[in-house]
Amino acid sequence: MTLFDFLQRLLGRQKPSGTMAKERLQLVLAHDRSDLNPELLEQMRREILEVVQRYVEIDIEEGDVSLETEDRVTALVANLPIRRARPLPALVAAAAAVGMAEKPPAEDPPAFALPHPPEEEAEREPD
Amino acid sequence: MDAVTSAPARIILICSGKGGVGKTTLTANLGIALARLGERTVVLDADFGLRNLDLLLGLENRIVYTAQEVLAETCRLDQALVKHKQEPNLALLPAGNPRMLEWLTPEDMQKIVAMVAERSDFVLIDCPAGIEDGFKNAAAAAREAIVITTPEVSAVRDADRVIGLLNTRGVEPVQLVLNRVRPKMMASQEMLGVEDVTDILALPLVGLVVEDEQVIVSTNRGEPLTLNGNGSPAARAYQNIARRLRGEDVPMEDPSKQRRGLRARLMNRIRKTTGLI
Ligand SMILES: Nc1ncnc2c1ncn2[C@@H]1O[C@H](COP(=O)(O)OP(=O)(O)OP(=O)(O)O)[C@@H](O)[C@H]1O
Ligand SMILES: [Mg+2]
Repeated sequence: MTLFDFLQRLLGRQKPSGTMAKERLQLVLAHDRSDLNPELLEQMRREILEVVQRYVEIDIEEGDVSLETEDRVTALVANLPIRRARPLPALVAAAAAVGMAEKPPAEDPPAFALPHPPEEEAEREPD
Repeated sequence: MDAVTSAPARIILICSGKGGVGKTTLTANLGIALARLGERTVVLDADFGLRNLDLLLGLENRIVYTAQEVLAETCRLDQALVKHKQEPNLALLPAGNPRMLEWLTPEDMQKIVAMVAERSDFVLIDCPAGIEDGFKNAAAAAREAIVITTPEVSAVRDADRVIGLLNTRGVEPVQLVLNRVRPKMMASQEMLGVEDVTDILALPLVGLVVEDEQVIVSTNRGEPLTLNGNGSPAARAYQNIARRLRGEDVPMEDPSKQRRGLRARLMNRIRKTTGLI
């Protein structure tokens, strides 16, 4: 570690390189293991946000859809802060648009495991 | 040989994905260590394009035949097995020679390993780098595996690929050796930590080997560190791996407490001052 690096770390400006290595590996391995490249992931992220937005107003800037991996199991994790639910007529229209009759919208936590298609999550009955 | 009465041999693939992380060094040292513990051990050099295991074991001048001649029935298996001079429990079998044009097939590998296994307790297969044909051939006969990696992003990423392939092949158990650990860098978090690597790869750790210049010295001599009870940290690490493989409960080394053994320090001092030994 050079003196410069040391000072940077002391000032909290730079993470130790070992920590960066871990974070970078976790990300790259999640992609390696799922065979999803960043481009596909970005497309999926956009489509998921689109669907979710029909039901609730979300903070697009804060929204985050990413792959996480633990114990060799990869999960698709969406963290989408909800500003508020959409007014009822808009919801009915949204439901009709995806072809389901008058079902109330789901209030599930916005995290899906990879094996579930996102639509399935949205259709689940609230309990 | 009492092949009928003994338990089936442990057939262990030593692999890494990335090249140059310490597969051959591990195979040589582990082979000697197991043999010294009384296990009849055969080390098989599956990396015949770039044969190196003979050199590390100091057996480079003694190779006459390879697995290829055994399979072609131009020689018997015991003619091809090169016995180690000081450690008769250990024998080396090269899969082929560098001039060989066609690769052994996975079936060839299974045949030769089955023959070797009949007369051994441990068969260690030194795998070539990469995940292509060389790996697939070497892995064809393996029952279990040791994946070796260094605490570096590229090595860990490649290890992950190999672990995925081993999983789909049903090789089990797969254990991890972390090599070339630099305790100081780990302490200052300028290197991936032991737990970082075991967490990411989700494998049980069977050994932790520090960066140790004695590894190079022993390679120069063609005498693995485990051969002469050398007390250097890497030597002890390799011995401990051998014992863990046999089911002994040996506590894992703590890299922050790794100091050179007294004997090794003394020998080194004498070596430096006298130029002898
Ligand atoms: N613990 C260690 N400390 C210091 N040097 C080491 C250590 N382990 C391995 N090395 C060195 O690293 C180099 C590569 O080792 P080795 O040949 O065993 O790797 P490999 O994985 O078999 O390579 P390849 O993929 O080319 O077959 C050698 O020069 C060896 O001496
Ligand atoms: Mg090698």
